[in-house]
Amino acid sequence: MSVLVFVEASEGKFKKSAFEAATYGVKVGTLLGVETHALCIDEAAESELKSLGDYGISKVWYVNDSRLRNFDPLVYAKVITQAEAQTNADVLVLIQSYSGKAIAPVLAAKLRAGLVSGAIDLPVLEGNSFLVKKNVFSGKAFATYEMHSAKKIISLMSNSIAPEKKPIDATVAAFKPELEDSDFRVTVKEVVKASGTISLSDAEIVVSGGRGLKGPENWGMVEEMAGILGAATACSRPVADIHWRPHTEHVGQTGVAIRPNLYIAIGISGAIQHLAGVNGSKVMVVINKDPEAPFFKAADYGIVGDAFEVVPKLNEAFRKFKAGN
Amino acid sequence: MKILVCISKTPDTTSKISFTDNNSKFNSDKVQFIINPYDEWYALVRAIEMKEQAGATVTIMNVGSADCDAIIRKALAIGGDDAVRIDAEPDDAFFVADQVAQFSKSEQYDIIMLGKETIDYNGSQVGGMIAGLLDIPFVSLASKMDIAGNIASLERDISGGRELLTVQTPFVISASKGMAEARIPNMRGIMAARTKPIKVLPPFPSEKLTSVKKYDLPKEKAGPRMINADQPEELVALLHNEAKVI
Ligand SMILES: Cc1cc2nc3c(=O)[nH]c(=O)nc-3n(C[C@H](O)[C@H](O)[C@H](O)COP(=O)(O)OP(=O)(O)OC[C@H]3O[C@@H](n4cnc5c(N)ncnc54)[C@H](O)[C@@H]3O)c2cc1C
Repeated sequence: MSVLVFVEASEGKFKKSAFEAATYGVKVGTLLGVETHALCIDEAAESELKSLGDYGISKVWYVNDSRLRNFDPLVYAKVITQAEAQTNADVLVLIQSYSGKAIAPVLAAKLRAGLVSGAIDLPVLEGNSFLVKKNVFSGKAFATYEMHSAKKIISLMSNSIAPEKKPIDATVAAFKPELEDSDFRVTVKEVVKASGTISLSDAEIVVSGGRGLKGPENWGMVEEMAGILGAATACSRPVADIHWRPHTEHVGQTGVAIRPNLYIAIGISGAIQHLAGVNGSKVMVVINKDPEAPFFKAADYGIVGDAFEVVPKLNEAFRKFKAGN
Repeated sequence: MKILVCISKTPDTTSKISFTDNNSKFNSDKVQFIINPYDEWYALVRAIEMKEQAGATVTIMNVGSADCDAIIRKALAIGGDDAVRIDAEPDDAFFVADQVAQFSKSEQYDIIMLGKETIDYNGSQVGGMIAGLLDIPFVSLASKMDIAGNIASLERDISGGRELLTVQTPFVISASKGMAEARIPNMRGIMAARTKPIKVLPPFPSEKLTSVKKYDLPKEKAGPRMINADQPEELVALLHNEAKVI
């Protein structure tokens, strides 16, 4: 028996979420009294692969097959299924990233394994029950799932658990999946990299603007704040609908659900559908000129004022703080 | 071309969420139910557009009890041709996907479409599971789709960017924003939907791999700490010293 963690790297480096998944997997391994292995399909140097040992992963499997440079969930699931058989894994852990969201259910079908997607906490064993908690109703509630199958798959929301060091000397080993040409049924024409910007679902700090900002030309100060804080930018739905900002920035019940450490909402009223996607944030700051804006009820810190006056001053204060730290 | 669009019933986005039976059941009292917005706005509407452009039959699929007939009628009013309802509680994603997969095996659909997730259980599971069970390609989180003959060109979100790809039918897609614009059914559609057939089938043998044991609601916040608009340094200090997030 073992736990197998699927980790994603980008441009040769693991994302923070890979260390979160590793930490989560190692804790599940400890709970079950088994080893935790990791599997990486993306390109990464041996030293980078080995760094997963810092988090307690005992063996890191990597796949070096140029046919896997393009993402296809069915092919990836086939590779992971084979690795699962080789490592005799009963629990598989992935990150609920765009790719993880696509792979996990295919894998669940192939293995007839129960899947909890978007888990936010470690599993709990209660007698014979294996219980995993996740957000439901787009962040308006939590549900604790019982998993009945022998094999179990958990895809973890990023930012749900802090990476924790538990250094051991990890072995790095090549894993050679058996794939046929007929497995590659999707032809990738182009991959458009969203480089330079911090991905919204991985970001620890998110600065978000709403219709109160009046127009796309006023986003300079939002991007400036994000730049100072190393944050990702987001927006409310109407802002994406009227094309002030790209739809990938739309957060909320019908957009991306996020749980950063800090969410700063500027000129957003705080409609129930918006809150649904952001109220997993650890700390929320609301800047709104209307003291009655519903968002204040959900906030930890609030400033009543005109964004066009408050934000430049706040940026100045953030900049001073960053310079002094 | 034969398209199957899977829809699920979810509480309206403004619903107040609460639970009964010692927090083990969703309280549907006074809740208005709708078609899951991703299924409706993106998957269904794009299917109807393709039917208008290139000709296709669009079958609506739902796994659910008789109280789903209202949302099925709405999907038919938007433009679906006929509908199938598998009469069972849709309380496990694998079970639902297995129903759709077993049903569609004999029907040979070219494209199976659904929304990227439901707004109630936020699983993002059923589409990928159908593809896995049928062993056909899965285009997840697709924001664009065009089809010529049996080759479709699609765009999807992947970790770190977007992938532009082509794939041959049959395949499964989960649709996200960008795929289509929401439509409101017109009077003619609503009238026509009344006579369109909804076939009700008993469930295929399958199993449920997960179940919800209990629900919780998030803790209410005590109310925000207000900071004077002229003292942004105070907010910065609080975020650093008190909240420890910067
Ligand atoms: C089915 C459905 C799904 C939805 N899903 C989502 C979703 O996923 N995400 C989402 O965001 N919305 C969603 N909505 C829309 C939601 O109901 C709200 O309409 C939307 O969130 C409002 O966006 P907003 O706060 O930017 O704009 P508004 O509600 O117009 O609020 C603008 C705010 O800016 C403030 N303001 C104005 N000028 C200034 C200024 N100079 N300085 C400071 N503050 C200022 C105003 O006081 C106001 O509070 C959904 C709606 C429906 C029906």
